[in-house]
Amino acid sequence: MVVELYLDLLCQPCRSVYIFAKKNNIPFEFKHVELLKGEHLCEEFDKVNLLRKVPALRDGNFTLAESIAILLYLSRKFNTPDHWYPSDVQKRARVDEYLSWQHTAIRGNKCLWALHPFPAERLERAVEDLKSTMKQFEEKFLQDKPFIVGSEISLADLMAIAELMQALGAGWDVFEGRPKLTEWRHRVEEAIGKELFREAHEVLLNARDTGAAPLPLRY
Amino acid sequence: MVVELYLDLLSQPCRSVYIFAKKNNIPFEFKHVELLKGQHLSEEFVKVNLLRKVPALKDGAFTLAESIAILLYLSRKFNTPDHWYPSDVQKRARVDEYLSWQHTSIRPQGCKVYDIKAMVPLLMDKPFPPEKLEEEIKDLNFSLKQFEEKFLQDKPFIAGGEISLADLMALEELVQPVAVGCDVFEGRSKLAEWRSRVEEAIGKELFEQAHEVVLNTKDLSAAQFSPQLKEQLIQMLQKELK
Repeated sequence: MVVELYLDLLCQPCRSVYIFAKKNNIPFEFKHVELLKGEHLCEEFDKVNLLRKVPALRDGNFTLAESIAILLYLSRKFNTPDHWYPSDVQKRARVDEYLSWQHTAIRGNKCLWALHPFPAERLERAVEDLKSTMKQFEEKFLQDKPFIVGSEISLADLMAIAELMQALGAGWDVFEGRPKLTEWRHRVEEAIGKELFREAHEVLLNARDTGAAPLPLRY
Repeated sequence: MVVELYLDLLSQPCRSVYIFAKKNNIPFEFKHVELLKGQHLSEEFVKVNLLRKVPALKDGAFTLAESIAILLYLSRKFNTPDHWYPSDVQKRARVDEYLSWQHTSIRPQGCKVYDIKAMVPLLMDKPFPPEKLEEEIKDLNFSLKQFEEKFLQDKPFIAGGEISLADLMALEELVQPVAVGCDVFEGRSKLAEWRSRVEEAIGKELFEQAHEVVLNTKDLSAAQFSPQLKEQLIQMLQKELK
């Protein structure tokens, strides 16, 4: 029985999980949960994730929510290369530190950023958060290293890139005027592979270009 | 050189780190960073944690922020008993799942109730509108419902038969509103029983010691706040409660 991944690529943590699974050739069944259709709110999906969020995983009888838990579970079950979650205690701590911080770096539900028009009352707060986050990300987490942990890509970079691409999907070029960040983005893209990167972001960037339907009110 | 832990026991994640270190007899130096005096905003502390938050760790030249990262680092470095972060892949995933969810789904709600009831009266001239407090308590109640239904269910602890990092973090989040008179355990017998089990697993003496500061929240006075930093603290409070 193959692992089932419940995903909507409009959402950044889903993209991180998707890229990670694909990059590591982890066999899985893609279960599309369309947020814009409110499919995460249906009874069927409740059986997979009572929290009504994506991403979610099902492995036989075992169900799991939360992208970080899913990424770590997959990395252990499929014994992925060390650099994703380094066995070196201090490098691993750096990954944990980023993965923990990123939850609250930008408040609110960022999946909504793919919506057009973006709810005005949240826009100001989101931009404020984003600028502050960019600054902290560069000064504290990236510094002058090629990747967050050092010389190789890890789960931390994967989560970070998805986050920044979400802003791009909302029409804000967070990389403009930030050469260090731009260089880091290119390195991450290369480490993932241009084709996989493009494929994972297609849905998001299409939503930006064509405009998405309003979300159901219960989101 | 002993590990330094930068803590203020008013803060939930600090208590989790403190209890974990003490329970596992991890040698450390307690570096008190008094939040009310704004010591976390000082230039000295920035060298330890650029994010200006507690808890923080310093191990020789290595510094580390974020309670989860610190707990995991300590568990690995000091090879603590398996149940804290089980090697069983599925149990471990359950701990990861809770530790991830709690950031946005229980921490902010508990913090807001605490800050509205304890910090606002001390720092600000006018009280917060009672409807606002009601709103936050409603949010907290929803989180507690999710906690019981999704994470605890009918198990003794979150990951199963033994206490883990998840229970330690969860407990501290729930102590925060209790400290300001919002007894989240009242009328929730399953939650109250879980709390007793966690207390027993930690040990009553250590439990009491770790909670002494926060449970005396009502004794805090405006005089304890650093006057220079009062404005900054008010701004941070306003941003949080917006």
